[in-house]
Amino acid sequence: MEKSLTPHGHEAVHPPTTTGEDHRKVLMWLFLASDVLFFGSLIATFVAYAQRVPHTPLHEVFNIPITSWSAFVLLMSSVTMALAVWSAHSGKMGLMRIYLLATVLLGVHFLADQGYEFYHFTLDGFTPRVNPVGSAFFTLTGFHGAHVTVGVLWLFSLFLASFRGGITPKNAIWVEIAGLYWHFVDVVWIVIFAVVYLIGASFY
Amino acid sequence: MAVSAGTLRRPAEGGLWSTVWEWLTTVDHKRIGLLYFWTVLFWFLLAGVEALILRLQLARPDAGVLTPAVYNQLYTMHGTLMVFLVGTPAASVFANMVLPLMIGARDVAFPRLNALSYWVFLFGGILLNAGWLAGGAFDVGWTGYANMSTRPFTQSIGANFWVMGLIVLGLSTMASAFNFLVTIINMRAPGMTLMRMPLMVWALTVVFILVIFAFPVLTVALIFLWFDRFYGTRFFDVAAGGNVFLWQHLFWVFGHPEVYILILPAFGILSEVIPTFSRKPIFGYSTMVLAMGAIAFLGFSVWAHHMFTTGMGPVGNFAFSLSTMLIAIPTGVKVFNWLATMWGGRIRWRVPMLFAGATVLLFILGGLSGMMHASPPIDSQQQDTYFVVAHFHYVLFGGLVMAMFAGVYYWLPKLTGRLLDEGLGKWHFWLTFIGFNLTFFPMHILGALGMPRRIYTYPAEAGWGGLNLLITIGAYILALGILVFAYNLLRSLRKGEPAGSDPWDGRTLEWSIPSPPPEYNFEEIPVVHGRDAWWEQKRQRRVAPVGGGSNGDPHAPGEGHQPGPGREVIHLPKPSIIPLVLALGLAVAGVGTIYHPAVIALGLAITIGAIVAWAIEPPLQGAVHSKE
Repeated sequence: MEKSLTPHGHEAVHPPTTTGEDHRKVLMWLFLASDVLFFGSLIATFVAYAQRVPHTPLHEVFNIPITSWSAFVLLMSSVTMALAVWSAHSGKMGLMRIYLLATVLLGVHFLADQGYEFYHFTLDGFTPRVNPVGSAFFTLTGFHGAHVTVGVLWLFSLFLASFRGGITPKNAIWVEIAGLYWHFVDVVWIVIFAVVYLIGASFY
Repeated sequence: MAVSAGTLRRPAEGGLWSTVWEWLTTVDHKRIGLLYFWTVLFWFLLAGVEALILRLQLARPDAGVLTPAVYNQLYTMHGTLMVFLVGTPAASVFANMVLPLMIGARDVAFPRLNALSYWVFLFGGILLNAGWLAGGAFDVGWTGYANMSTRPFTQSIGANFWVMGLIVLGLSTMASAFNFLVTIINMRAPGMTLMRMPLMVWALTVVFILVIFAFPVLTVALIFLWFDRFYGTRFFDVAAGGNVFLWQHLFWVFGHPEVYILILPAFGILSEVIPTFSRKPIFGYSTMVLAMGAIAFLGFSVWAHHMFTTGMGPVGNFAFSLSTMLIAIPTGVKVFNWLATMWGGRIRWRVPMLFAGATVLLFILGGLSGMMHASPPIDSQQQDTYFVVAHFHYVLFGGLVMAMFAGVYYWLPKLTGRLLDEGLGKWHFWLTFIGFNLTFFPMHILGALGMPRRIYTYPAEAGWGGLNLLITIGAYILALGILVFAYNLLRSLRKGEPAGSDPWDGRTLEWSIPSPPPEYNFEEIPVVHGRDAWWEQKRQRRVAPVGGGSNGDPHAPGEGHQPGPGREVIHLPKPSIIPLVLALGLAVAGVGTIYHPAVIALGLAITIGAIVAWAIEPPLQGAVHSKE
């Protein structure tokens, strides 16, 4: 947050940092380290309950092909995100906008899939209120969805800011940091998909 | 805004309102540190008053001062306040007051985020306590065990405020931790390698690492409780298959690292005060750092010793007993190092050193009873008795709060420019020390006799009346000591002896600049060549103003540093009201979750508006020159 998104003539010269890394980048790494524990606790809770508590048969509720597709979509968004960071660093602003927008659209696609999935789970009687496993499942995947939503809004605001000259090769760091966040959220989904959807469905 | 030297004593140019506005919009870590300090002091006094009322009720058997319901609310809020509004923010108080000064930085990495942390802390604290005004505070104990704290068993609105307040406070604590970790990682003066950092900085580093890993777990537990209470999820609903151990595990996975979050700032303070007043470098610097690292690592592997009596079985009990006993080793290393630092030193028993010495003593006593709890068979005798109450008051009051007093006497003059009175300080010390031991030592005996904690009264036949009366008398002697402290504080602001830049013949960089420091801290960023950087510079250049109380600054700040290029352009962070607005938005949304969705929407609207404004607002004001 040392520099503003829009240039107001306040291009301050910062003293070099101890590590040579930008403050904001270090902050993001620390935040992600902390977020691991957040998702870790949520996943642990799901696993603990899914193994022990009588609950809705998950393998009947889950639609693995659809979730596989949305996992694939989210993974592909990591590819476009990486390309957006690369374009920003190489000064290819037009290309960067295309990749940012592609990432946003893939993220929205994922969220739409999640909404569809939640709707059908509820129709099948699997809700946050039905049993502790339902509570754990919806809280875990819901908070992941919230993370994706924040990422989508963030990337879209970078996309908009790029038209006002807010993103230049000199402060491509903004795209890079958003990228760190986005990749992390993707990695978390890989764990959730594997542990909750593939393994978790066989617990009970 | 002109740059002037004062932090506290800056003349108010536009009257009262402009002074208030300056404090509301400040992004200066020193001012934020003072805001934290006064706020924490307020919660400390409130928690103390709650404890004094509890002691009136317990002074004699079958007393009727309090109803059981109010008693439960008072002990719950006393514990919650002391842990979350006094102990946990201790790290933020001292980090804001001195951490950038100790590492030779001009501010923290994210000044506006720092202001946000404070305002969220303030509003979170108010939210946490609001239950008193809304019809009854939380009454399940500070550990908030679910399912006791779920709606079927606790309908009171105080529980809702407790949950929301702690979630909001967690955000503040984590934001502060991120900010200071980046500051420590990235803003050290040239030459200030990790192994040259003052031990206070190391202690705070370890605290903030613990915070960023422990608080997310608490947040998850609180979210579960929140959803169960508000939205009908079934995390802790036993009838639906929920398990009450879920809360206990999550809470203590947070809760035991939290114990070290509370005590490590105290270790840092001791590691600064003891060498300074013994006139010796700290003994075993690198073992001190390693010991803190070991405490942090082991701290995450001992949580279930809080659950020995829940029937985990012999394997679980054994494993957690072992790891708990292991953690005594690094702690012992630290105690021996402090003693070795004092050994052969020319000790000056000024007030900070009195408190530091007493802290070592009391912490050893608290640590020994802690070792007894590490053994499951002994623990099952002591569980939920006053023996446990005695133990954690010895470590948290005898350890943390006494060390905080040492830190306040030592460092507050750096920010206010005025020393606290030595004579009043000694009254404060002795009243507190005697009152403390009278209050908490007999609790060991009561616990051994079998008096359970968290009971609102006891029958005369139990034979606990005499000791309880003694405890109550001790508590009021302790309170008298705190009153003397409060008076000493207020008096020092107006009549205190001017501190001068280096009243204690300090070792670290904060003593190389005036008291109070200029807004930009250092005219020139110092270059560090070893540990105890300021001692080193004074020895080499013979500019040491030994002893306290010199009025002016005999040497201009920066003279002891490497010669710089003359006038240096400094970009100061711009004061901003946005952190306050953002914090307010979060608090409003928090209240909304309790009362009405429309209020949530309002709070979120304020929050999002503030975030947008934050992104657009230029964070720096124009260049100012350091030598005017």
